[in-house]
Amino acid sequence: MKIVSDLPSPLTALDRPNSYIGRSVPRPNLKRLAQGRAQYVSDMTLPRMAHVAYLRSPHAHARIVKLDKSKAEKALGVIAVVTGPELAKVITPWVGVLTHLKGIKSAPQYALAVDRACWQGEAVCAVVAKARAQAEDACELIEIVYEELPAVTDPETALDPNTPVIHPELGDNLTFERTLDAGEVDKAFAESDAVIEQTFHFGRHTGVTNEPRSIIADWNPGEERLTVYQGTQAPHMMQNLFAKHLDLAEHQVRVVTKDVGGSFGVKVHTYADEMAVVALSKMLKRPIKFVADRLESFVTDIHARDHRVRGKIGIRKDGTITAFEIDDLTGIGPYSVYPRTSGIEANQVVNLTGGPYACPNYRARARVVFQNKNVMCQYRAVGHPIAVAVTEGLVDLAAAKIGMDPVEVRKKNLIPDDAYPATAASGIKFEKLSHIASTEKILSMMDYKALRADQAAARARGVHRGIGFASFIEVTNPSAAFYGVGGAKISAQDGATVRLDGKGAIFCHTGVSEQGQGAEAVIAQCVASAFGVSMDKVRVIMGDTDNTPYGGGTWASRAAGIGGEAAWQAGKALRENVLAAAASILQAQASDLDIDNGIVVNKGTKTERISLEEVARICYFRPDTLPPGFQAELVATRHYVPRAWAFSFTNGIQASYLEVDTDTGFIKLLKHWCVEDCGTVINPQLVDEQIRGGIVQGLGGALFEHCLYDERGQLLNGNMADYLVPMAMEMPDMQIGHVVTPTADSELGAKGAGEAGTAGAPACVMNAINDALRPLGAKPLTDMPFTPGKVLRALGKV
Amino acid sequence: MTHAYDISLTVNGELLTARVEARKSLVDFLRDDLSLTGSHVGCEHGVCGACTVRVNGQIVRGCLMLAVQCGGATVETIEGVSDTGEIADLQDAFEKRNALQCGFCTPGMLLTAQELLANGKTPSRDDIREHISGNYCRCTGYHAIVDAVEAVAQARNGK
Repeated sequence: MKIVSDLPSPLTALDRPNSYIGRSVPRPNLKRLAQGRAQYVSDMTLPRMAHVAYLRSPHAHARIVKLDKSKAEKALGVIAVVTGPELAKVITPWVGVLTHLKGIKSAPQYALAVDRACWQGEAVCAVVAKARAQAEDACELIEIVYEELPAVTDPETALDPNTPVIHPELGDNLTFERTLDAGEVDKAFAESDAVIEQTFHFGRHTGVTNEPRSIIADWNPGEERLTVYQGTQAPHMMQNLFAKHLDLAEHQVRVVTKDVGGSFGVKVHTYADEMAVVALSKMLKRPIKFVADRLESFVTDIHARDHRVRGKIGIRKDGTITAFEIDDLTGIGPYSVYPRTSGIEANQVVNLTGGPYACPNYRARARVVFQNKNVMCQYRAVGHPIAVAVTEGLVDLAAAKIGMDPVEVRKKNLIPDDAYPATAASGIKFEKLSHIASTEKILSMMDYKALRADQAAARARGVHRGIGFASFIEVTNPSAAFYGVGGAKISAQDGATVRLDGKGAIFCHTGVSEQGQGAEAVIAQCVASAFGVSMDKVRVIMGDTDNTPYGGGTWASRAAGIGGEAAWQAGKALRENVLAAAASILQAQASDLDIDNGIVVNKGTKTERISLEEVARICYFRPDTLPPGFQAELVATRHYVPRAWAFSFTNGIQASYLEVDTDTGFIKLLKHWCVEDCGTVINPQLVDEQIRGGIVQGLGGALFEHCLYDERGQLLNGNMADYLVPMAMEMPDMQIGHVVTPTADSELGAKGAGEAGTAGAPACVMNAINDALRPLGAKPLTDMPFTPGKVLRALGKV
Repeated sequence: MTHAYDISLTVNGELLTARVEARKSLVDFLRDDLSLTGSHVGCEHGVCGACTVRVNGQIVRGCLMLAVQCGGATVETIEGVSDTGEIADLQDAFEKRNALQCGFCTPGMLLTAQELLANGKTPSRDDIREHISGNYCRCTGYHAIVDAVEAVAQARNGK
């Protein structure tokens, strides 16, 4: 491995002087991160800051009969011990529903449990002390008596009449149900040569961000303002929610996001223990800090993916897929998570299943039920890993049934590249995708024929290797159709404000935020390119509701496509403003001028006319020398939101080559490939690394990660020794390729790339395992994670 | 119930004395008492490696060692090895190769990689993967980290 420096890209339509579009420039924030000079919220301290620790319910479902805090209140360092009913006087409860998810229901959730705890780990009492250790010591002095209540843990029986209803006022344990029936499904199955049915299970897993959730709330009664330092993906969303539930005006709340140690969807939700922190700060009039410890993270960070899907596919002998049918059931814990709801993942499974294929017949039912386990909600690639695994698993089973190569079945049924715009059977709309080109590219990258030959040669030696594919689509650049139309105050648009400083450098304030994806670099690339300066002259400011334009933040693969376009347009607007000022100074026409490498030049000839520093000097310090009536405007703001399409779908295909040890059941990943089309690639290295990181996150769910609960709702493996995450030794090298189909909705043409890796990886590993084991007569493995024990059971060895 | 002890130790080349609670971990001492926040707390049970620091020349988990055990010891953190320039080439390679995203694992990952490279050999990709397999990174998928460490190993050995 030799690291080669970034080189300018070949000319594109977006090329300008100082074009950074399409270049792998390093991120400006990496040096300080690599030197230990980052500032995560967990690193911060404030004057008079106190720490909170929570007493958490050891039961999945229990009534709080008695809570005596008198001993804890007298403990060393303790400032306050606060119960649920006490805190409910400061902060109001919330209900996680959205109007566009028809029929979704949930119950009010409190910052601290009031009378009853509904999952193991729910906070029931808060202890605030001068040090975290003192707060934890005092938690042990709280005398609490619980009456254990029956726990609802199995989604399969959650709706049975004899199962207790968790929230009696809701009538039943059904959170949300969606059905869909497109085309002529029964007729299509009847006219198929083969119909295959298979049930798929997806283990409940969680994000395990390396930095746990961290928050400091600082209520200052002197100015009646709340400043919240929070590791969040959506500062403006949290500003709205803190204000709403503390009964403050939004402008009384400032949310500041420093460096964030990983997010992946974990840090885009409302957590009861974080709402408690802001309420405690308001109550106690001083800064309060909470950093979840790892054990708390496992029982309170959102979980995801706990789905059981019964799938059915019809196919003709010529390989034509005739119909898909799914029945999805998922248990989401005792509350639908606020404000995005816990209905979205199942809704996405319905939307996305069968999505890559030109098959008009599709029937789906998804049911979301309550249970007494930790809450589930949106986590990286929401619904995609499930929909892709069900779809691609069924396609491979159908291909095997009719004896056709899995690649040939895909090529025959994928929506052709010249058939766009297109609408899937579920109703989702595609502007333009490139399934066939992507498939051809991955086959050539992996040398499919040679790999099949290697597989056969290994098989002859008694070594069982498998090749698996997964075509996928990914939702990116969401419009208001995602949350806004359902009533959530979550911005789909994003803004960027750029200004020229006194020396010719550019400040860009953006509504998108950074948790490691590289948004800071991408925004700087867009502004530098659009305006005409080198990147080291651009300073990006993000993650501060007092100082950035209103925006959504970074989630759903939206930062580059939406935030990047806003920054690009703002950079162009500022260029026009600066050129107007320069023209006024030079007594020239603005249309004859351009900005090249920080200098105003004659357009075309590039003859230097005046430096940006000189323009700034005159406009800021000697405006008296400008012509009468001319006012220089050296700040520009632009906003962007996708309008033509509800979502900018991307597509791609992944492939896995792996080896199964049929004696131990261990799976060795040999190599992984992904070809992905996210439209214009602003920074190739950052896109590739998003995909690689996403793939490994998907591989974790496919092979290792599983929140194991017993029938009483106790999490059995809530620590990093027992809950396995992917480590370097087990992970493969990954080769990434691209097909580029820009969206016409924006000038940049960039779509998102943050979730493609996670979307497809579990499916192609599943297909590769089954490809390895099929000749041995193994039953199809469709129950993730694919642990060695499950492999041996499929082989009939245990 | 708390017991405190006086210790003296050298941290990043500076000799200091401190009174520490017996139960306080080394990483909490470094972060809370010395404001050396470059060492991170990820799991507090020795699995994730985010708290990796060097004690007497060897990498240890700052969450599994108590501060009180460090009396007389020489402790080095990411801040120290950054200032001395000892790992400047590794940091540069991590930056150029985007071998960090959120950066939370990075200080520990760098110190662990430096230990592997300290023997002067050129490890294989599998050697690198095995050596860093006690350091959890959720962002990168490890490929870029392996690339960066491999590139530095080769460069240091003139390859």
